[in-house]
Amino acid sequence: MINLIMKDILGTPAILVGIFALIGLILQKKNIADVVSGTLKTIMGFVVLGGGAGIIVGALDAFGKMFEAAFTIQGIIPNNEAIVAVAQKAFGTETAMIMVCGMLVNILLARLTPLKYIFLTGHHTMFMACMIAVILSTGGLSGTVLVIVGAVLLGSLMVIMPAILQPFTREITGANDFAVGHFGSIAYFIAAHIGRLLGNKSKSTEDIKVPKGLAFLRDSSVAISLTMTILFFVVAICAGPEFVEDKLSSGQNFLIFSLMQAITFAAGVYVVLAGVRMLLAEIVPAFKGFADKVVPDAIPALDCPMVFPFAPNAVVIGFFSSFAAGLISMFFLPALGLKIIVPGLVPHFFCGATAGVFGNATGGRRGAVLGAFANGLLISFLPAMLLPVLGSLGFQGTTFGDADFGLVGIILGNIMKLFGN
Amino acid sequence: MKKVLIVCGNGLGSSFMVEITAKKLLTELGIEAEVSHTDLTTSKTEQADLYIGSHELMDNLVDGKRNVVGLKNLLSKDELRKVLESNLR
Repeated sequence: MINLIMKDILGTPAILVGIFALIGLILQKKNIADVVSGTLKTIMGFVVLGGGAGIIVGALDAFGKMFEAAFTIQGIIPNNEAIVAVAQKAFGTETAMIMVCGMLVNILLARLTPLKYIFLTGHHTMFMACMIAVILSTGGLSGTVLVIVGAVLLGSLMVIMPAILQPFTREITGANDFAVGHFGSIAYFIAAHIGRLLGNKSKSTEDIKVPKGLAFLRDSSVAISLTMTILFFVVAICAGPEFVEDKLSSGQNFLIFSLMQAITFAAGVYVVLAGVRMLLAEIVPAFKGFADKVVPDAIPALDCPMVFPFAPNAVVIGFFSSFAAGLISMFFLPALGLKIIVPGLVPHFFCGATAGVFGNATGGRRGAVLGAFANGLLISFLPAMLLPVLGSLGFQGTTFGDADFGLVGIILGNIMKLFGN
Repeated sequence: MKKVLIVCGNGLGSSFMVEITAKKLLTELGIEAEVSHTDLTTSKTEQADLYIGSHELMDNLVDGKRNVVGLKNLLSKDELRKVLESNLR
């Protein structure tokens, strides 16, 4: 009986998150129809997430093999959705426990300390919970200790990261209504400081005329298909048609094969996103509802695109500057003995743009360009340095993208190594 | 029942927050409607009576048939309330 509860029920992450959603829905006194459908959808979200992982892995594998054949070095595509989806197979239960307990720690800290932030970017909470679970497990922790350490760490990050950005967020929004809750914060923090040191606030990016028409890049599926197609083509051509057609595509034309793999990868990410959306649909409102009751003066910490409307030009400039830094980094990474981080449009768009907005707030145009450039360097070098501490997950051809994951992961991984000896 | 779809780039963060606010406002206004959130790609194939999102993103959805509204400030409750009132009443 105990075995059934502990291993089969709580040890099945999909059921575990379903139970969390169920409790949340009951506490909110929802009617029975909402409780049943909400719980089922949450469980289904988890299953969909796993399905997406299966799609992504095949395409990543093909990309990895071509990249190695072409350049005799491993190339890594940082993508949070991909790595988290892959990690759920082995670390699903730990991730779910750390995530929910971390949210409770967040509420507790917001209630008891002056850091009144409630971190509402659910997918980032989940991704961070996952990374912490992986690193703590790799470092030798397990069971209750792992969940407690992980939850305290996650809950602390959920208030500290919005807090360090808040002086600058206030400068951007001109109000204290909301904070930025996004685990790229270290890069935005550095961008804001670079802007202050090297920029000139009076020359804002918003005085320049920037062509519209880049809005389609905010459509993740399109942006991912597009970049992956370009990347696959370049790598396939460098690897040579013989290699691709002999070893991978069983005779199919190497470019057609690459195109299909690129779109398959994007489709996988699309499925994962749909899964995450279903998974969070009941958990985040429950979290917010509970937090609103316990911490009445809370400041919601929201996803990074919330600052985009305050400086649309800085968004475009930041993206380009960050992406340029990513391209340049590609050539320097192997020189330092690191694996190559292939720059992706999505992390450079969302993080680069946000870094641009923060840089602009403190240092105008120059601040936006230099701040976003710094972000581009960070999200190239940090993911590369993160790989060794991810254990077996460091060999999947993908990794966490945004800056905080890299920084927190590297520090935590090395602390775990110290304790391990 | 009318259906409202909130849209953002990834369909995870911003649109979700607006959805939570929209649901609260609809209860306050006493309007019954179904609200959900999604990404831009999915929104193009999903039927709804009203599409809401950040103004710079919503141009992608305008096709003459859909009822599309771009918000200037995603966090402004007043702006959202006006949109919901004028489109769903």
